[in-house]
Amino acid sequence: MVSVLGDIYSVLWVDLRFLRRHWLRTLATSIVSPILYLVAFGFGLGRGISFGGYGYLDFVIPGIIALTAMTGSFNGAGMKLHVDRIFYKCFDEYLLSPISMFSLAVGKTLIGVVRGLLASVALLAVGIALSPTLMVSPLFVLVLVTSCFVFSFLGVLVGLWAKSHQDMGTFSTLVILPMTFLSGTFFSLSQLPDPVKAVLYVLPLTHSSESLRAAALGQPFPWLSFFALVGFGLVFFLGCLLALKRSNV
Amino acid sequence: MEEMIQTERLTKIYDGISAIQDLALTVHSGEIFGFLGPNGAGKTTTIRVLTTLTKPTSGKASVNDFDVVKEPDKVKKVIGVVQQHLSLDRDLTIRENMEFRARLHHLGASERKRRIDELLDYVGLKENANRIVEKLSGGMQKRVSIVSSLMHRPKVLFLDEPTVGLDAQTRRRLWELIRRLNLDGTTIFLTTHYIEEAEALCQRVGILHQGCLIALGAPLELRQKLGLVTVETLVNNKETRYQYFADRAAATSYVQKLPSEVKTIIIRDSNLEDVFVEQTGQKVDGD
Repeated sequence: MVSVLGDIYSVLWVDLRFLRRHWLRTLATSIVSPILYLVAFGFGLGRGISFGGYGYLDFVIPGIIALTAMTGSFNGAGMKLHVDRIFYKCFDEYLLSPISMFSLAVGKTLIGVVRGLLASVALLAVGIALSPTLMVSPLFVLVLVTSCFVFSFLGVLVGLWAKSHQDMGTFSTLVILPMTFLSGTFFSLSQLPDPVKAVLYVLPLTHSSESLRAAALGQPFPWLSFFALVGFGLVFFLGCLLALKRSNV
Repeated sequence: MEEMIQTERLTKIYDGISAIQDLALTVHSGEIFGFLGPNGAGKTTTIRVLTTLTKPTSGKASVNDFDVVKEPDKVKKVIGVVQQHLSLDRDLTIRENMEFRARLHHLGASERKRRIDELLDYVGLKENANRIVEKLSGGMQKRVSIVSSLMHRPKVLFLDEPTVGLDAQTRRRLWELIRRLNLDGTTIFLTTHYIEEAEALCQRVGILHQGCLIALGAPLELRQKLGLVTVETLVNNKETRYQYFADRAAATSYVQKLPSEVKTIIIRDSNLEDVFVEQTGQKVDGD
């Protein structure tokens, strides 16, 4: 157990060194898009709209925090791994060392979690300043951390799966971008017809947004959505282990 | 003599094409063994299989008596690998890169520091320890790659085309380092497509062509089988012909009997390129 934790930290250590050197740039690039969404949707488009007794800003901020957790974690875990594997080819160094696939997958996931949390917390600070009704409860923190893990696992999985930079771009365009706009970040899914709703519940960000919003606004907590999120995380993690196992075929 | 690396009918097929075919090879403990062949001959694939990065399609391979498929973790503990491309993290310093490797191989904090200082001293890079890898010259980056792979004191060091892209002076400095490592007890397995590198460094070489081992032995032994002296003649200003002789006297006697229309005649020592050309009809550089 101690050895596994040590190995996980060793994998994380190298990415933390990188983050320490480039933390400002990393943080800035992670929160620019969410702040633009906040300005465009929260102040521009959403002014005067209300949802179930909440102002649009109160409604949209938890969704944008979930979105930030997704992009920060996915890119934080997946992009560097992918570049190290395909472009710099230094990912082989991990495979040449006697650490387990489990430690490698978790270690590579944790940097995504750290980066996702950094960006989310920065946006949360902005969100609390704009919408003091937001509640940062233990449940909110639990959902936020879980979301970071889920999307970080997805980042590692795609970083290991992609055979080219084009594959990464294709995945972002076909999966991440639609999730950004369709997973209930900017509007309530309750307004949609049931068949469309059913499709959107296949996206993990939908569950992340709904759980985080409920926790932030003190609404009844959607445990089913939370467990669905955990389920996505497990599937992505198993996918990571499988992708690593197949890496030496 | 103890055997460090052994392969039996080792084959790797990618998409129906054999990258290596029925490779039977033995590398002795303590030697510098060179794998010589043109690009695409299967040298890197062989290294990837021996270092557990790629699974063979069939056949067996072992390093230090550990099976590369069944006991990959044991193999990883006794090998160091320097890949053809730079596999260091370019955004980190030399010291950070070395510490990273040391951590991955479970070296404790005090041992890490001692070993990093010792190795940086060994290659004369102590003053540069805190420089970012991206900003180093190609030769320095290669030296850092080599010492980083030695953090856990491997018994065998795999070097894939260690001097490719380096200038002649830097190349010679790396040869010195490789010889020094070998004298200090590390078995070296290197691949190269530079004839002079194989001849200068290796006690034995295997010549690889299209995934098959076509010759194996000490460079001198392989040259002796062919003939130690080569006579090159240019016939009708078009075709170069090669003849091989056991010594200069035999070569000179042959030249004296050549017809007068043969204008260009070169008598020189044979080399491993001649061995390769004779076996395959092609040059090692692929021309």
